[in-house]
Amino acid sequence: MSTAQAQVQTKWWGGGKSPFNLEYGKVMMWYFLMSDAFTFGAFLISYGTIRFSQNYWPDPNKVFNAFPLMGHANLPLAFVSLMTFILIVSSVTMVLAVHAGHNMDKKGVVKWMAWTIVGGIAFLACQAWEWTHLITGEHAVLIDGKIQEIGTTVSRNPWGSEILGLEHGEHHVTKTGPVAFGGYFFGITGFHGFHVFSGVIINIIMLLMATNDVFERKGHYLMIEKAGLYWHFVDLVWVFVFLCFYLI
Amino acid sequence: MSTEILHGHAEVVSEAHGEHHEGHHHEESFISKYVFSMDHKMIARQFLITGIIWAIIGGLFSVLFRLQLGYPDMSLPFLEDIFGRWAQGGRITPEFYYALVTMHGTILVFFVLTAGLSGTFANLLIPLQVGARDMASPFLNMLSYWFFFLASVIMFASLFIQTGPAAGGWTIYPPLSALGQASDGSKLGMDFWLISMAMFIVSSLLGGLNYITTILNMRTRGMSMTRLPLTIWAIFFTAVLGVLSFPVLLSGAILLLFDRNLGTSFYLSDIVVKGEILPNEGGSAILFQHLFWFLGHPEVYIILLPAMGMVSEVLSVNSRKPIFGYLAMVGSLFAIAILAFLVWAHHMFVTGLNPFLGAFFVLLTLLIAIPSAIKVFNWLTTLWRGNIRFTPAMLFAIGFVSLFISGGLTGIFLGNSTLDIHLHDTYFVVAHFHIVMGVASFFGMFAGVYHWFPKLYSRYLNNTMAYIHFWITLAGAYLIFWPMHYEGLAGMPRRYVDYSSWESFKMFADLNRFISTVAMIVFAAQLMFVFNFFYSIFKGRRLRTENPWGSNTLEWTTPIHPGHGNWPGEIPEVHRWPYDYGKDGREFIPQTEPIGKDESAHH
Ligand code: HEM
Ligand SMILES: [Cu+2]
Repeated sequence: MSTAQAQVQTKWWGGGKSPFNLEYGKVMMWYFLMSDAFTFGAFLISYGTIRFSQNYWPDPNKVFNAFPLMGHANLPLAFVSLMTFILIVSSVTMVLAVHAGHNMDKKGVVKWMAWTIVGGIAFLACQAWEWTHLITGEHAVLIDGKIQEIGTTVSRNPWGSEILGLEHGEHHVTKTGPVAFGGYFFGITGFHGFHVFSGVIINIIMLLMATNDVFERKGHYLMIEKAGLYWHFVDLVWVFVFLCFYLI
Repeated sequence: MSTEILHGHAEVVSEAHGEHHEGHHHEESFISKYVFSMDHKMIARQFLITGIIWAIIGGLFSVLFRLQLGYPDMSLPFLEDIFGRWAQGGRITPEFYYALVTMHGTILVFFVLTAGLSGTFANLLIPLQVGARDMASPFLNMLSYWFFFLASVIMFASLFIQTGPAAGGWTIYPPLSALGQASDGSKLGMDFWLISMAMFIVSSLLGGLNYITTILNMRTRGMSMTRLPLTIWAIFFTAVLGVLSFPVLLSGAILLLFDRNLGTSFYLSDIVVKGEILPNEGGSAILFQHLFWFLGHPEVYIILLPAMGMVSEVLSVNSRKPIFGYLAMVGSLFAIAILAFLVWAHHMFVTGLNPFLGAFFVLLTLLIAIPSAIKVFNWLTTLWRGNIRFTPAMLFAIGFVSLFISGGLTGIFLGNSTLDIHLHDTYFVVAHFHIVMGVASFFGMFAGVYHWFPKLYSRYLNNTMAYIHFWITLAGAYLIFWPMHYEGLAGMPRRYVDYSSWESFKMFADLNRFISTVAMIVFAAQLMFVFNFFYSIFKGRRLRTENPWGSNTLEWTTPIHPGHGNWPGEIPEVHRWPYDYGKDGREFIPQTEPIGKDESAHH
């Protein structure tokens, strides 16, 4: 065995075969993800430069402290942790789907893909709730000498610094915060959400193809692996988004 | 053991691919052959012809605004007949002028010299020269063309909007481009521009992924990376640049779209338009410039590198000599590709960049001169004592070298941030980038078209027209752009519609008229080329041999009319590098020929 191999010495880059031992579609997916990483990178770097050019930036622990059905309980970052947890679990189920694909286990693929899709949809639902909460959750802000109640949008931000001694009902009145906050928050989480959405669509297509035995006929589940690469990437990007918007 | 399994896997993959394409030889419908074709050669033709159409439109625009610059007090009634209120009284209005300049730049930079150039030659040459039946994914390749087509349709449609197309310059700097109320050209036309560019970026991404994957994964047996023709190396680096820089423009464009339509303030702060104070605050216009030029500078090399690659190939073939310094050529391409990402701020020396930071960008910018000089040296030494055949392709390749030297030298002036204080936004910059990027890349493209036309259409282009085309274009290019250096040194700013009322620049009236006249002659010569192109597709002299230029590379081992799949039988195996010209007393030795027993070592 070893002698046979020494004779047929393999030159990976010599042509006639793929030097990466990967099917070309997977190689391509990797390049695409690199490219996409630059898109997100550009967004996050823009966000960083603008954020650090401001005198004041809202405290995420105050902005993101709500939880569905919990009323006004102060639960900083609890909901986003749940969202992150859901997305990470969906990555795990994706790994299991890919693994089942390796074993040509159609049932397993279908089961785990279905769970991955559920995870993706749950994440999107959470995001929809969070966006709605931010946009409709109004806060008392002093604008042009008048106290107004405004929500967080791409052009308005109620999360400025507190004005000492000024109360409205039982809440503190604040100044307006930097508008860049809403712009970048909705812009970047929206762009990420769009990626999750596309991922869910891709996963649904994969699921349908699996139930229709397309992969059984092909003799491999490579497509699931490619969808998996994309899904993990979207997850990884979320980790950075999470870091930049919620933790720092 | 494990390597064996992996190896087997790879074999399966590439075999499965071969099979897939062999199945394509049966009858094809008109639609699948000419319209939604997945044959890389047909897609190349589609890119080329779409590019030519765009080049005519973009070139025509330049004739129109040169008319204005040369004859600022003209009154040509026919202009009003055609363009209506855009040319009221037979004069080009300022709005029209800015729209023309913007569209000229956008069209030529992106649609002609990026899509038209890379799209054509990457598609044509990659599978043919690396020895593959088609691209890694013919389907995505087809999509790449159709996204380009979609981008083209949107951009073209924007020309007919009532308020006109985008008019803030091809670099679309905000705040001008972000605020509809700032000018007509910042209204709907700007949205069309951004959406069209988004489609364009998708197209270039799909193309680029395919090019990289095909080059790395699908080379035929024996085609190691160091046996690749330099065209392929150049296209490879081009594709890498595109895949990593266009997404950043996409981010920038998306943020700009939001600023325009959703009321965000990414690029906007403290702005007053026509007495109205805008609510936007906290954004940064400089941020856009960073995002734009992070693409913008690699983009100029995306335009130039394919031309460099084709010129290297054409020079070597027609000098009947090996390319001088093959590895140095690859290395300098690599160095250029890396540096291309590290110099973008040299476009921003005077727009508020920290001078301390500027110093680093000066250094990195000037470093590009080194790989550029290596390339020039190697081209000249390839020509040196060559047995030169002055085919039209060869003339254009030599012309490219000349232009690249001229334009590269002025780059060194601009790369010094102190000199740039004077030169920025003057005609000196216009002259610099037109010579080094615009005309030089066009010359590379022409070299490619004349050289590979027989492969594309199995006929030759007409030589007489080709020579006339070459000499008019070369002389014209220098006559147009050389004087602009003087105007720029004298401080004449770019992007003004009329210099005649300007005491300092009145003296250039005659010079401007001269430039405009030459520009029109050169444009006419390009129309002659277009005529030659389409005439020769149908009526040109027929190709009767497989290898008309006595060339070593694989594309000339395919039949005169290659089908989908390129080689009727097995894909040829490669035994040597592509530049064995004039070796051991033989004029050329194709890559498919095994190394002889007593052949001398190469180089
Ligand atoms: C030694 C090499 C080069 C150096 C040092 C150099 C330097 C520069 C600098 C500093 C500028 C900015 C000038 C200003 O706006 O004030 C500039 C503009 C430009 N250069 Fe170069 N350059 C070089 C080669 C090239 C090449 C090879 C290309 C294209 C293939 C190119 C394309 C451009 C373009 C398109 C612009 C102007 C864009 C605009 O403002 O509209 N340059 N160059
Ligand atoms: Cu540059």
